[in-house]
Order: sequence, then C-alpha cells, then structure tokens
Amino acid sequence: MADLQTEHHGHEPEQHSEHKVVSPKVYGVIFLILLVGTALTVWASYWDVGPWNAAIALGIACTKATLVVLFFMHVKYSSKLTKLTVGAGLFTFLILVGMSLADYFTRAWGQW
Amino acid sequence: MSDSQAVATTVDAGHAGGHAAHPPYQRHHFVSMEQQNETTNFGMWLFLLTEIMFFGGMFTAYLIYRNWYYPAFVAASHTLNIIEGTANTGVLITSSFTMALGVWCAETKRRKGLVWSLIATFILGLVFLGIKADEYHEKWVLHHVPGTYFSAQAFVHPTAEDGKPAEKPLAPDMAAHTEVYFSLYFAMTGMHALHMIIGIGILSFMLFRATRGAYMDGNIAFVENFGLYWHFVDIIWIFLFPLLYLISRYS
Repeated sequence: MADLQTEHHGHEPEQHSEHKVVSPKVYGVIFLILLVGTALTVWASYWDVGPWNAAIALGIACTKATLVVLFFMHVKYSSKLTKLTVGAGLFTFLILVGMSLADYFTRAWGQW
Repeated sequence: MSDSQAVATTVDAGHAGGHAAHPPYQRHHFVSMEQQNETTNFGMWLFLLTEIMFFGGMFTAYLIYRNWYYPAFVAASHTLNIIEGTANTGVLITSSFTMALGVWCAETKRRKGLVWSLIATFILGLVFLGIKADEYHEKWVLHHVPGTYFSAQAFVHPTAEDGKPAEKPLAPDMAAHTEVYFSLYFAMTGMHALHMIIGIGILSFMLFRATRGAYMDGNIAFVENFGLYWHFVDIIWIFLFPLLYLISRYS
C-alpha cells in the first residue's frame, strides 16, 4: 500500500501541487467585470424585449455567479474533488428546480 | 552524537517527537496538511450546497408565483427602490472583493492587510444591512408588509408621483396577489439578511483574532472557509437583485 502511494506520487505531480495563491490583480479584474455586469443588468431591464428580459437578467446573473465561484471561491484552481462536488451540487439543484418548474408550468392552466 | 541522528530516531520512535515533522495545527488523523485542507474545503462546500438547496426552494416558489401572477409581480416590483437596490449590489460585490483580498493577505502573511480587508468587509456588510433596513422601512410606510396591515389599494388606484407616470391599475383580485410577491420578497431578502448578520458576527470574531496576530502561521483554513461563505451570500444576492427589482422596468 505504501509502495503504491509513493509510486502514484511520481505519476501525478499536478494532483499534489501546492496551494495556489490567486493574485489581487485577478480579483481586481473580476471585481470590475462584476460591477459592469451589475450596471448592464440594470440598463437591460429598461429595454422592452418581451420574454427576453428575464432571459438576459438570468444570463447576466449566472455569468456573474460563475465568475465568483471560479475566481473568488477558487474553484478554478481547486482539486478535482472540489470541482466534482460543486458540479454535482449544481446538477442536482438544476434537476430539482427544473423538474418542479416543468411540473407547475404545464398543468392546471387557467386554474390559478 | 549528531543532531540529525537524534531527530530521526525520535520521529521513528513514535509520536512523542513527531511534532517536528508537521505544523502544530495539523490534526493527528490527517496524513498531511494537504489532506486536512482538502477535507475542510470539501466539508465547507457540502454545507454551502445544502444552503443552495435551501435558497433554491424559495427561488422555485418565486418563479412559480411570478409565472402565475405576472402582472401583480411587475407592479409590486416597480415599487422597489432601484437606486438602493443597485447601490446594495455594488456594496456587496465590493465586500466580496475586500474579502478575497483578505484571503490573499492571509495566504501571503500580511497582518495589516488582513486586518484592513476584514474591517472593510465588516463595514460594507453593515452598510448593506443599513440600506436594507431603509428599504424595509419604506415597505412599512407604504403598507407593503404582508399581514393585517397590508394594503393593495395603491395597485388598484395608482397615483402619479414625482413626475413618474402612474402605473397601470390592476383588477382587485390581481392586486391582492401583490401580497404574495411581498411575502416572497421578505422571506428571500430576510433570509439573505440573516445570513449577512451571522456572517458579520463570525467576521467580527475573525477580525478580533486577526488583530491579535492570528492566521499568520499558515493556519488560514478559517479565513478561507469564511471567504467561501461570504461569497456564497454574495451569489444569492446576485440572483435576488434582478429577480426582485428588475422585472420589466420599461413598462
């Protein structure tokens, strides 16, 4: 067992890399993008593009959230375990919300 | 005879002298610091996922009711203060940025930088809650707090104010549904504010410890995991803001 582990060590150097320190420059760039995204979403809500308003608002919000998760929360620089955990959580979340909404939106039309 | 020999013997002999081999904050059931950090990070993310599911329930309820009572949601959303809402979004994003800087300062062992980053995050958190309190007060004045004091009259007979044209009047039964919107508004922003209050509490504890020189020995898991929590609270607001404040502002 001990031998196996030492052998593994040599084969996957990137898996055992040191804790990555994200520089303030990266944080600064992400911060500015988030502020621009906020201005953009307020501005976009004043256009009349029908059902696209909600899509644009959610699209910008998802982009901002992804940037926060990847950079501020370091997931981009994290291990496969963390990436898989976040991915599995997001997947389960979308299943739960998506299927609940699909159910509610497709029945009892005009009953509410 | 030689020191190196002595060290080697004690390490092999058992744990008595083993502390030389790893930092004092490494728990004994972990093989390495890497494994310990990985474990706390994993645990923190599992907690945040339960939080995401919890807020997800409220987001789902919001989306269902918004789909059902869309005109009521549009009219009620337009009574929200967009200036204060946008300012609060900026405040919270800035606090996330200062928190990220705080984590960097802890990683690079900058004590003053860490203390000032945490102070900035603390103040911005309080500013957010202050602006939120002002918005809640406005809801109270306008009878928009759900309950016996609630009134949907302003949605049935809208009046023009401050040069803004009057909103389109709603039928009384649709106007009554604005109470659903405000219930969800208070539930979601209230839960978010509660998370902010808890966060500020933990933050002040961390700030107190940082002023006394903590987190400068490489043991920064607490700072990192608090950072994850703070950014998570920011993400919730990133979704709350467009969903609650920005429903077709053009109409």
